Amino acid sequence: MAATVATTCPYCGVGCGVLARGEGARVAAVSGDPAHPANRGRLCVKGKSLAETTELAGRLLAPRVPGREVSWEEALDAVAQGFGRALAEHGPDSVAFYLSGQLLTEDYYAANKLAKGFLGTANVDTNSRLCMASATVAHQRAFGEDLVPGCYEDLELADLVVIVGSNTAWNHPVVYQRLAAARAARPEMRIVVVDPRRTATCELADLHLQIRAGTDAFLFAGLFRHLVESDAWDRRFVAEHTTGFEAALAALAGLDLARLHERLGVPAEALDTFFSWFAARERTVTLYSQGINQSGSGADRASLIINCHLLTGRIGRPGATPFSITGQPNAMGGREVGGLATQLAAHMDFAPENVDRVGRFWGAARVAERPGLKAVELFEAVRAGKIRALWILATNPAVSLPEADRVREALAACPLVVVSDCVADTDTARLAHILLPAAAWGEKNGTVTNSERTISRCRGAVPPPGEARPDWWMLAQVARRLGHGRAFDWRHPAEIFREHAALSAFENGGERVFNLEGLADLDRAAYDALAPVQWPVTRATPQGTRRLFADGRFPTPDGRARFHPVAPTGPCQRLDHRFPWVLNTGRLRDQWHTMTRTGRAPRLLRHRDRPELSIHPEDAARQGLREGDLVRLESATGSALLPVRLDGGVRPGELFAPMHWSGPTAPTARVNALVAAVTDPFSGQPESKFVPVRLRREPAAWWVLVASREPLPEPQLDFWVRGPLVGGFRLLGAALAPAAVPAEAWLEALAEGVAEDSPLVYRHPAAGHYRLAIRRAGRLALVAFAAPKPGELPESAALESLLALPEVDWRVLSGRVGTDPGRLVCTCFEVGERAIRAAVAGGCRTPEALGEQLRCGTNCGSCLPELRALLAAASPNP
Amino acid sequence: MGRLVVVGAGMAAARLVARLLELDAPWRITLVGEEPALCYNRVLLSSLLAGQCQRSDLALLTPRQLDRVECLAGARAVALDLARRTLSLADGRRLSWDRLVLATGARTRRPEIPGAAAAGVLAFRTLEDLDALRAGVAGGAPAVVVGGGLLGLEAAAGLAALGAAVTVVHRRPHPMNRQLDAPAGELLRSRLAERGIAFRTGTPLRIAGRGGRAAAVELADGARLPARWVVWATGIEPAAELARSAGLPCGRGVRVDGFLATAASGVYALGECCELDGQTFGLVAPVYRQAEVLAARLAGRAVAPFRPRAEATRLKIAGIDLFSVGTPPGAGEAVSDLCVCDPARGVYRRLAFQGGRLAAAIFLGDLSGAARCEALLASGEPAGAAGEALLFGIAA
Repeated sequence: MAATVATTCPYCGVGCGVLARGEGARVAAVSGDPAHPANRGRLCVKGKSLAETTELAGRLLAPRVPGREVSWEEALDAVAQGFGRALAEHGPDSVAFYLSGQLLTEDYYAANKLAKGFLGTANVDTNSRLCMASATVAHQRAFGEDLVPGCYEDLELADLVVIVGSNTAWNHPVVYQRLAAARAARPEMRIVVVDPRRTATCELADLHLQIRAGTDAFLFAGLFRHLVESDAWDRRFVAEHTTGFEAALAALAGLDLARLHERLGVPAEALDTFFSWFAARERTVTLYSQGINQSGSGADRASLIINCHLLTGRIGRPGATPFSITGQPNAMGGREVGGLATQLAAHMDFAPENVDRVGRFWGAARVAERPGLKAVELFEAVRAGKIRALWILATNPAVSLPEADRVREALAACPLVVVSDCVADTDTARLAHILLPAAAWGEKNGTVTNSERTISRCRGAVPPPGEARPDWWMLAQVARRLGHGRAFDWRHPAEIFREHAALSAFENGGERVFNLEGLADLDRAAYDALAPVQWPVTRATPQGTRRLFADGRFPTPDGRARFHPVAPTGPCQRLDHRFPWVLNTGRLRDQWHTMTRTGRAPRLLRHRDRPELSIHPEDAARQGLREGDLVRLESATGSALLPVRLDGGVRPGELFAPMHWSGPTAPTARVNALVAAVTDPFSGQPESKFVPVRLRREPAAWWVLVASREPLPEPQLDFWVRGPLVGGFRLLGAALAPAAVPAEAWLEALAEGVAEDSPLVYRHPAAGHYRLAIRRAGRLALVAFAAPKPGELPESAALESLLALPEVDWRVLSGRVGTDPGRLVCTCFEVGERAIRAAVAGGCRTPEALGEQLRCGTNCGSCLPELRALLAAASPNP
Repeated sequence: MGRLVVVGAGMAAARLVARLLELDAPWRITLVGEEPALCYNRVLLSSLLAGQCQRSDLALLTPRQLDRVECLAGARAVALDLARRTLSLADGRRLSWDRLVLATGARTRRPEIPGAAAAGVLAFRTLEDLDALRAGVAGGAPAVVVGGGLLGLEAAAGLAALGAAVTVVHRRPHPMNRQLDAPAGELLRSRLAERGIAFRTGTPLRIAGRGGRAAAVELADGARLPARWVVWATGIEPAAELARSAGLPCGRGVRVDGFLATAASGVYALGECCELDGQTFGLVAPVYRQAEVLAARLAGRAVAPFRPRAEATRLKIAGIDLFSVGTPPGAGEAVSDLCVCDPARGVYRRLAFQGGRLAAAIFLGDLSGAARCEALLASGEPAGAAGEALLFGIAA
């Protein structure tokens, strides 16, 4: 039985429509939904690989307490008893929920209602806190409500797109592709990228302002002053539709415009160009993300961006808007529900009239009356013993929160940790007292909201496997056991959505822009058939609303937008002689968050198969570091050990490391262990982009690479990273010098117990090369390579070719079979660097020509920046 | 046209004659062979014994070639007179010559131990030996091969193919110790065992007989191995008596220069009976190269002198491929030693480099790339970084 459903991608905040074909227990194939307005059929490589992540291996399939599986009855009783005991003994604020932008709106709503309405605590926060809390604060300051004014189309209509703090090409690839297409159609469009790193996003940039890490606030403060001083502002808009202009300008009085470029570390001419382009282009979109938000002053930075748009009246009009793009698929849905500790529900705060209104709507007597603990504070409270029962849903805070090692300690000390997840082994699940198997993407049924306020349906293509259940169901079951059954007697997510929509419209005379009045009466069939729609959806606007503030009215008491006065500051953290380097943390093209799902797709590991620390080649030379060398990174809060990648795209003195790897995948590369729990005082968002660190080379005695048909246990190695391969599993590791055991002995120990007869062996002692293979029924069961340098080990593609062989002989120990495609560049069509270089050498001069010949870059386009880079590297200088 | 007498009709002689005919060398050729059969391929004897080829496959010269040569089969040369330029045969004939080539080959070294003269004790070197074994060896008959070198293992494989229960007795702990290192020898030993050829270390003291026929081999360690057949394969020695008694300078073999000339004008020697710079020759490849040089010389063509080089051993024993060339260097600083092995499939491959040049190669079970190793070793070119590619038989 095969059924294709239209659903929504579970990764970034673009919220692309996906057609998913279910086959038996798993999703067999996916494609972009041509009818979805966000992507019109496009998908990035992560989305395209969704089917590969739905294998059941590694899924959590039954409720568990340490050491055994239990029934749902037993598990839910235990959760209810644990929460009940904490509530009875320590009061409402001794319990907490930590949610995720991965949850569907209906799940979010259930958790929020249970905690804030019936348990009496606002200790409900979410990993969206790490993502866009700063933008939320800035929206509330300026507009009186957390509202994203514009839409994706604005990027296509703009004459100037300023991308700041966002590697859009990698993290929101479909939006980037839309932008690239628009620019191809209108070459006069200007694109400015502001980023301390020269990222793939810079491929489209007419101007890259490679500012010093953490100096964004000064850039937008300077822009504001320049616009005022050059009389390039919209006096009428400011006068008629805003308040606070004078104070905002006064706050910038201390800024030395003439020396601004020095502070930013960019050429003066480049800065002038940016300012003049901004001044001259009415249709301007400023797109921003984590690079702005994840800062000790993230809310202020976002406010400065919005101030520049208010100053020029570039808001609410086609092609003109500040635009916060979210990292998570349903960060927006969580905000709408009120799933942040700082909100009550449905864009209402804790004002007494809101508490009263929500209490009446829910029929709840003990509605939380004040904000709860924000993510970082919440886990600090867990550590301090103030939280006695914690339920973590669909996220992995032991990897993703700052001071991740402290978070682990906090969880280990908490009397009750409940984790509902679809994956069995995560850093967080390892610390759970009760594990609840959650339905995953492809199974879940509900709604999500993307970065442009579009509500899209998620539909299940297959039934949840084993005992897996939706999160809303678990929450409702626990609510029932705690005596709140009537308020949680939903049988279908449609009923939850109706309630959510009704709450948004409840006593809403237009004061709250977030309003789903037009969806409050959807019956089951209409819910099932719901097409993507942008909120607000009222009876007056049943087709939704593309842009907000088109009429110049804002949901503030006086209807005017508010300039928020900000005196620009740098990062909270400072470099000193102990920690002289800046570590910037972020994301890779083909991975998502802590890799619990993308890490299951072999082809998504081909682009980057290991955590790496990017360092400028000149810095590396000064430190005596070569590509692949292991370095120890230390901050005031933690340490990491990972290999070095020479990258001319980072500024000298600055470093970059991806945050994806975790205990089960690369335990020494949990970079959030380095990030201090320093947060923005308003948004609570941590400063993840400016981490003072020191580094030193750690010489490796030897490296080892293992490919195995069976999963590999955690090895005894100083550094290791593991992941899937097509047809097996891969482990890369290293022993630091002096190594406790020689490489050859390590390999022999690996073979022990696995090999049925003598393993195949290769030895080249003078080169330090040792290899070993185990064959079973003619096929390769395991092959391991040891060498002094990582560059002497085979690539994943070669390992996969070896595992695919129907019969292996001693030649398998060469590590080469047929042609090795080299590093994978185009993941969609599996085109390697070697083939691309050959095609370039053979006369291909453009990405189009390469696509014609090799198909690379012709599907999702994620690799087009790299194709251009390869072309540029090959072409003689003009 | 002068007369060229070739004493001996083995593989060296056959190749020489064939080349001389090809070159239309201006000589009337007389071939004097001790065995009834002339010019057959001795290397194939074990294959013939194993039934893997036919007797006709052994012929080295075609009937047309033989027609152009005077062939004296079963004729044993007994005396050589250098001054008169004559050769005396056992049957009393005396041949005069203008040029003489000694190609008398080698004979099996036979230890003089008690019982060695018993029936059923023989070498494995001639068609006669082969016929005796074929006629006598019955299924299950116990046989002992003394000597675990190349010839011994070939004989053992042949006997095993006839159905004999074969044990190879060797002085060293593993077979083919001159060509193989210990791991390869060990692997070969276990592969032979899988094929029904037992191997043990030991030294025969005595051959016990019953009714004038071999019954058992008694070893120095006291073991007694039942043996209806005992085959000597304890090495060969050059057959140089004819030359020595004629007064030609000899070491172990007849001393020659790079053009295979002996100390006597007009007299040459090649093959297993000759000795160059103290070295004798037991493999067919250098012997054939000697034949090329001597044929050119006798035909009056310019030719570079023969130079000994590291010779590769390349053979198949009981279906096991084996290749060995050079000598692995001892542990030293400039040594780079690579090996790969797949014990379950009987594959062992090792390359040793010294000072960046290939010093030795041992391939067992899979000979891919052997020719490249042989060429590299012969040329003495630096191997660069190609060591691993060479070992795996892939393009560097």
